[in-house]
Amino acid sequence: MNFDYTEEQQMVRDSIARFVQDDYDWDTRRAIVDGAEGMSRDNWQTFAELGWLSIPFAEADGGFGGSVIDLSVVMEELGKGLVVEPFFPTVVLFGGLVSRAGDEAQRTSILESVIGGETLGAFAYVERQSRYALNDCQTSATSSGDGYTLNGEKVVVFNGENADKLVVLARTSGEQFDEHGLSLFLVDANAQGVSKVLYPMMDAQRVANITFDNVQLGADALLGDAGSALEVVNEVIRDALLALASEAVGIMGTLNAKTLEYTKTREQFGVAIGSFQALQHRMVDTMMAFEQSKSLLFKALCEYEIDPASADTTIHALKVLIDRNSKLVYGEAIQMHGGMGITDELDIGHYAKRLMMINATLGDGSFHRSKFIEQTYAA
Amino acid sequence: MDIALAAEDLAFRDEVCNFLDTEFDAEMQAHLKSKGTTGMVAWQRKLHAKGWVAPNWPEEHGGTGWTATQKYIWESERSLRGIPDVVPFGLVMVANVIMGFGSDEQKEYFLPRILNSDDWWCQGYSEPGSGSDLASLKTKAERDGDDFIINGAKIWTTYAQHADWIFCLVRTDNSGKKQEGITFILVDMKSEGIKVNPIIGIDNEHNLNEVEFNNVRVPAKNVVGEVGKGWTVAKALLAHERTGIAGVADIKRTMRLIKDAAAKETNGGQRMLDDAGFQQRMADIEVELMALEFTELRTLATMAAGGFPGPESSLLKIKGTELQQATQELRMELAAYYQGVLPTNMDPSVLGHEFGSDARRAFMYGRAATIYGGSNEVQKNIISKYVLGLE
Repeated sequence: MNFDYTEEQQMVRDSIARFVQDDYDWDTRRAIVDGAEGMSRDNWQTFAELGWLSIPFAEADGGFGGSVIDLSVVMEELGKGLVVEPFFPTVVLFGGLVSRAGDEAQRTSILESVIGGETLGAFAYVERQSRYALNDCQTSATSSGDGYTLNGEKVVVFNGENADKLVVLARTSGEQFDEHGLSLFLVDANAQGVSKVLYPMMDAQRVANITFDNVQLGADALLGDAGSALEVVNEVIRDALLALASEAVGIMGTLNAKTLEYTKTREQFGVAIGSFQALQHRMVDTMMAFEQSKSLLFKALCEYEIDPASADTTIHALKVLIDRNSKLVYGEAIQMHGGMGITDELDIGHYAKRLMMINATLGDGSFHRSKFIEQTYAA
Repeated sequence: MDIALAAEDLAFRDEVCNFLDTEFDAEMQAHLKSKGTTGMVAWQRKLHAKGWVAPNWPEEHGGTGWTATQKYIWESERSLRGIPDVVPFGLVMVANVIMGFGSDEQKEYFLPRILNSDDWWCQGYSEPGSGSDLASLKTKAERDGDDFIINGAKIWTTYAQHADWIFCLVRTDNSGKKQEGITFILVDMKSEGIKVNPIIGIDNEHNLNEVEFNNVRVPAKNVVGEVGKGWTVAKALLAHERTGIAGVADIKRTMRLIKDAAAKETNGGQRMLDDAGFQQRMADIEVELMALEFTELRTLATMAAGGFPGPESSLLKIKGTELQQATQELRMELAAYYQGVLPTNMDPSVLGHEFGSDARRAFMYGRAATIYGGSNEVQKNIISKYVLGLE
């Protein structure tokens, strides 16, 4: 039993921390967010050169062959720096799907360019009515000739603005809510019949609603087996939930540290506000919220390492706890920063907004509590 | 990072299960049920015969020498079977102080007797005027030749009515800071001038007492550590008390009791286990409990590697006691009207309910958990100062 990171994991951690410290200060980040693309292509190339984009992919596909713990280390550090470059949508979601569902030709043609930083990707899975239910899918792919014709609309597609390629979840058979009959398709973002409505989110993500109007796809666009996409999607979502939880833990730790530092320097009534017991006890509460979240993340990671599916109940619990604890942490961070806490200028509110979006991604606390209950108390 | 159990740990677990299943037999269970806490002596002697009564002692003094993983396995399997933990005042608390600060003579005399449960111990810290502000204690010990003469009173003294010995913090000097001039001393409860006054608790039981000291003569050789350095000794004990106090395994057992009972309790024909509101209450506790288990494991792993427990260890007492109380409360609610049943020997078939009175007793007694061992508010003061660096 041990909870230490390996030397290699420490090196990756240090490398990202150094990047954030040297090349990603708050003004730099603000300029990137306000820029035309809402991300820095130069930074993305740096990520590729430093090998970060290769971490979760198999060595046979040109990747680093990293474990879920390696991925967790990367996400936690990116969280601390509030890095906006689309690592999660491109590497974890899009890359994860291609890596798990793709045949050799698809993996060869796509993963190499993801790892090299040439291709940005997105996973289009949310629909207006679907909320967090992946099976609720109206977008359809019907056979035509050797290939398929794609029709429908996906909304809030993360990295939808900048993605070169999309993986689209579409129905090839069955009714709107059926678990079966769903398939994944690789679609060029600029293919004939694809149109996008772009908008920014509060956490600086550039997203899109993407409409598919009789988009013609070849047979080679099908990713994985037709009709049984949910299986592989759920595997990728398992990774994605751990990645998001890791990012959230990174952010919570950073918010706590920034708030603690502030209360030691900010003076009111002639003393540092950190000397007030009313604030001290609440900062102990936020410290505990952070440590407890980290502990449950460790449990999920350790279980995943033994058998990924065995971690599912813990992952649901983790999403519940992160939802609950992050609200406490960002709420207190804003409150204790006083007037400055509610400005756009200060970074605190931006960290808070990212936590809110993490909570709203792939199921919030209530959603996962229901799943946890289903798995734990089923008759 | 991994939690896989090694082959030798799996073998150890088999040995533990086998021992507990054989030795904690129907006879022992009946004995504990009829005798209550005093019945623990028999169980502790069985553990001692096996060499397992002191998992936290070093081997040289008769401890098990177990690894952190082995302690975790032991604790989990013990709790799983509903076997009470050893009475802590001797085996955990005073033993730790004697091993750390005691004279050779004290070690040779007391430690074997503690291992064999020959003496029943109680703790004399709090006073009528000194609760969370422990250092303000006033019970006075004045030197008289080779002895000290003690005058004053201790309160909330659990099991003083059974005790052979009490370990006390007493004031030997009033001149300096209040933390200075405190001395840690061992007092024979049969000494002349000691009077034990029972206090009936909110749980309607007699576990608590007030202990009066009227010119009680105690040999100076019973001082542990140096005269005037009792605060340092007490702090070491409190730190020790805190790491063992999360009680995750016992909270898990209460959750299992709740789930089992919720499968039988019905409301309008529906099992409470299927009640959406009740399920959410259980889930909210369980999620936090899963995290706490790993917070405890993180602490154990750090200590096993020879390190000093990090910030995560300081929350064990606070979170552990909060969760204990949350489960006790939920079990009360599950019992509905029967949560109010006073201590009774009435057969459940006559009474109409299995666990209502037990739930009440656990809930009421459980109120103490956030108060003793340094109240949770004091814990937060300590964390603010020593972990967060706030003054």
